Order: sequence, then C-alpha cells, then structure tokens
Amino acid sequence: MYLKTMATLAVLASAGFASAESISPQQVSFTDGAVPQSLTGEPGNPAEGREVFANRKLGNCLACHANEDLAEQAFHGQIGPMLDGVGDRWSEAELRAIVVNAKEVFEGTIMPAFYNARTINRPLKGFEDKTILSAQQVEDLVAYLMLLKE
Amino acid sequence: MKRIVLKGAALAALLATGALAEEPKLIINGEIELPTRVPAPSHMDAIDEITSGWVYRTKETQALQMDDFDNPGMIFVDVGQELFETAEGDAGKACADCHESAEEFAGLKASMPRVNEEGELESMPDVINECRTERMQADAWKWSGPEMSAMTALISLQSRGMPVDVAIDGAAAPFWEQGKEIYYTRYGQLDLACSNCHENNYDMMIRADHLSQGQTNGFPNYRLKNAKINTVHGRFKGCMKNIRAQPFAEGGDEFKALELYVASRGNGLPVESPSVRN
Ligand code: HEC
Ligand code: HEC
Ligand code: HEC
Repeated sequence: MYLKTMATLAVLASAGFASAESISPQQVSFTDGAVPQSLTGEPGNPAEGREVFANRKLGNCLACHANEDLAEQAFHGQIGPMLDGVGDRWSEAELRAIVVNAKEVFEGTIMPAFYNARTINRPLKGFEDKTILSAQQVEDLVAYLMLLKE
Repeated sequence: MKRIVLKGAALAALLATGALAEEPKLIINGEIELPTRVPAPSHMDAIDEITSGWVYRTKETQALQMDDFDNPGMIFVDVGQELFETAEGDAGKACADCHESAEEFAGLKASMPRVNEEGELESMPDVINECRTERMQADAWKWSGPEMSAMTALISLQSRGMPVDVAIDGAAAPFWEQGKEIYYTRYGQLDLACSNCHENNYDMMIRADHLSQGQTNGFPNYRLKNAKINTVHGRFKGCMKNIRAQPFAEGGDEFKALELYVASRGNGLPVESPSVRN
C-alpha cells in the first residue's frame, strides 16, 4: 500500500504535477482556512505571479476579478470581488489557501481550485489529473497578491 | 399646434411603457416586435424573469438581428431552402416532394425537443434524419454539419415570434429531470456547472463576455466568431470545453436531455431563430 502510494506520487511528479521538492496537491494541508507551508519552500516571484494572474491559459483571475494594478488589460470580470487591497485583507497563508482550493475557505464558491487533488468530473482529454497551476505558479501568484495593498 | 399635442401624447405613451429607459427593443424588419423579457416559467425558482441572449449583446450585434437583409443567418436559411428542393437518395425524392413548403413546420421549433411515439426524446435533427434515411433512402446528415444546420435554420425560422413551449411533464418528465441534473452538476477542471454562469451570474462580465441566461430560443444561431450557423449542441460543447470538461456527444442522450431542460427555462420567450451572436 505504502509502496503503491509512493509509486503514484512518483508518476505524478514525473508528469510535471509537482517538482521534486514541491508539495503535491495531495500533501497540502489546511489549518483554519489557511495553508501556512509554502508549496515550493521558496519565496515566489511576484512579476511571474502578475503574468499568471492575467494569462487566460493560466490563472485567468481577470475572468472573474477586477484588479486596478492590471489596468492595462482591457477586460476585467465582475463575478468575484475586486482584488485591490487583498494583501491587506488576508495573510499569505490565507491567500495560498484561497488559490489552492477556494472551496476550503468559501463554501460552495464558484472560484475554481487551482492546486487541488480532487478527482475531476469529466475532465477534458489532456487535462486528466492535472491541476490548473503548478506549485511554483501558485507561490508566484501568492507573492504577487501580497503586494496588492491599498 | 396639433403636432405638438400629438408629440405630447406620444411622449406620455412612451413614458408609460417605459420605452424611454435605455433598454433597446428587438423589432425585426421594423415590423415584428419580439419581447426579450418575460416572466419565468413556474418550474424555475431562482429566476423571476427570463431574458433573451440578444439583450446582452452589443448594439452592433443586436442591429444585425433586427433586419433580415443584415442577418447573416439568412444566407444559411437560403441554403436550407435550396436543400429542401433538392432530390437526394435512392428514392429520388426532395423534402419538397412530400412537404409543400417549410412553412408547414411553423411551431415545430417552439416545441422541440419532444418525446415521440416510441417514447424517445427527439430533437429537430432526429426528425429530419428520419425523413432522410427512411423516406428518401439518403444518408443521415451530421448533427452539426452544414446541411443540418442550414435546414434547422430554415425550419426554425418558421416559428419566429411563437413562444417556446416545450412539454416537461408526462413522458417528458424523466428526460427533463436528467437534463436538470446535468445543468446543476459541476464539470471539468474548472469545476463549474451551467447554473454557476447562466443562473447565478448572468448579466455580469466574465472577462470580455457579457453573460446571458444561456437561452436557446434563438438557435440555431449565427455567430460572428466562426461566421456560420451554430447548433444548440455545438454551443453546449463549447461551454463545456471552456471549463475544460469533456463534452457529451452531439446528438447524444445527455445533450438532448439538457436541450429539453434548457429549452424549458425559456418557455414563454419568443423563438428568434436565426439569432445573431458574437
Ligand atoms: C470563476 C470565477 C473566479 C475565478 C476564475 C477566480 N475567482 Fe477568486 N473569487 C471568486 C469569487 C466568486 C470570490 C468570492 C468568494 C465567494 O464565493 O464567496 C472569490 C474570492 C477571491 C479572493 C478573496 C477576495 C476578498 O477580497 O475577499 C481572492 C484573494 C481571490 N478570489 C483570488 C483569485 C485569484 C488569484 C484567481 C486566479 C488564480 C481567482 N481568484 C480566480 C471567483 C473567481
Ligand atoms: C417521402 C416523403 C417525405 C420526404 C421526401 C420528406 N419527408 Fe419529412 N415527413 C414525411 C412524413 C410522412 C412525415 C410525418 C408526418 C407526420 O407524422 O405528421 C414527415 C415529418 C417531417 C417533420 C416533422 C414534422 C412535425 O411537425 O412533426 C419534419 C421537420 C420533416 N418531415 C422534414 C423533412 C425534411 C427537412 C425533408 C428533406 C430533407 C423531408 N422531411 C423529406 C414525409 C417526407
Ligand atoms: C464559465 C461560465 C460558463 C459556463 C459554466 C457555461 N457557459 Fe454557456 N456561455 C458562457 C458564455 C461566456 C457565453 C457567451 C455569452 C452568453 O450568451 O452568455 C455562453 C453562451 C451560452 C449559450 C448561448 C446563449 C445565446 O443567447 O446564444 C447557451 C445556450 C449556453 N451558454 C448554455 C450553457 C450550458 C447548457 C452550460 C452547461 C453545460 C453552459 N452554458 C456553461 C459561459 C458559460
């Protein structure tokens, strides 16, 4: 059993699910709506995080959220709250939890889980067992969100 | 003097109907006004008023649907008309040999999909393909292929202005329940249900898109995006792919059940086919 789990993890890691040092989606642990432990063990890069936020194929956070810091992008969504000042409203550990799996923080939310281990209902071919973002991208995003202060 | 009085009366009438509010009206060819907001059918509890997807489009896109000469969907209606008159298959027959004109199908789009005598849920392409395979000895058309799309555009146009009125009880009930279940189930990597966007967040911007209620009264529709006629199942497929979910098969049982359920959420809205969307 133990061996089997290890083998599965190894497969996931080699499939680019998480780099060797990263915490896999299965290993992420939530305490009181927060994920205190960095997924990579390294500080994220906020400039990369800004790109992840805007990119339609990555975070696409702008689909649902407005963000003054990305005023150069023409279209900002209205489905979620505007994210100006989230770095004041939430701690780093809380922001990590929201990005990893917002359902752990906001029950029944429509915000997707970006680094989650749950089985996906009818994944599109090519997206089976894949998280939307990598551990590194989550950390980059968290570093960026921490800079959104008012 | 007379003119001024008339003007005043007209203004009062406008104020009374609320026409001065910025809400645009869908009037086709300057003649046929189609209501774009009607009370929701009683089976819906989350929404009081159902709205045409036309309401959420830009002025330019709206204008294209208001004049049949500007509506690019009409080109495909003409293609459908040609197909209607063309003999095909071993029986050497055209639709027109048995059906005097497409006008005899007025009302059909408003009641589709429906349960047939064999107890199966059938959508318009099923009925058309039955005529092709059984009565014309011709090959079935592909569900969302160009011929089927053009033919459904022609037939659906005959119901323009008639209120959508699909049956959801009796033999239709189990199919309707199945469709409802699918509508509220979250799918795909983004883990979203149709309802998350089209019931909980309509009239909001999702990045560059103005979310509608996802109504089907304008289908098949012409989309500027791909410059062709798009079928209902093609649209469902697109929405599922956008949330990175593996779509159900076009023409399959799941999409037909979903088509019935979604159509029933539009019961009361006039048929707008072929509508124009971005
Ligand atoms: C499909 C829409 C959607 C997408 C995409 C989305 N979110 Fe959200 N987000 C929401 C909603 C809705 C809420 C409000 C929580 C709730 O459901 O009650 C929210 C809440 C949040 C909050 C808490 C905001 C506050 O001020 O309290 C943060 C932070 C956040 N999202 C960050 C992100 C980031 C970063 C991304 C991109 C990786 C993202 N969201 C993508 C819908 C979305
Ligand atoms: C050989 C004669 C024949 C040909 C050719 C034929 N049909 Fe039919 N069609 C019928 C008959 C008979 C019915 C059943 C009528 C009924 O049940 O009232 C029917 C039914 C239909 C219906 C359903 C009408 C309703 O209200 O339920 C549609 C739509 C239709 N045909 C379209 C077509 C189209 C489009 C074509 C050409 C691709 C075509 N038919 C070719 C004989 C034909
Ligand atoms: C992530 C949000 C989202 C989800 C989930 C979603 N859609 Fe859509 N859908 C859209 C957008 C955006 C459009 C284009 C703008 C509009 O009409 O809302 C659209 C358009 C449509 C239309 C065309 C409406 C018209 O007037 O032409 C239909 C029908 C539709 N969706 C049905 C569905 C169904 C059924 C599901 C569930 C399988 C679904 N959608 C899931 C975002 C979504």
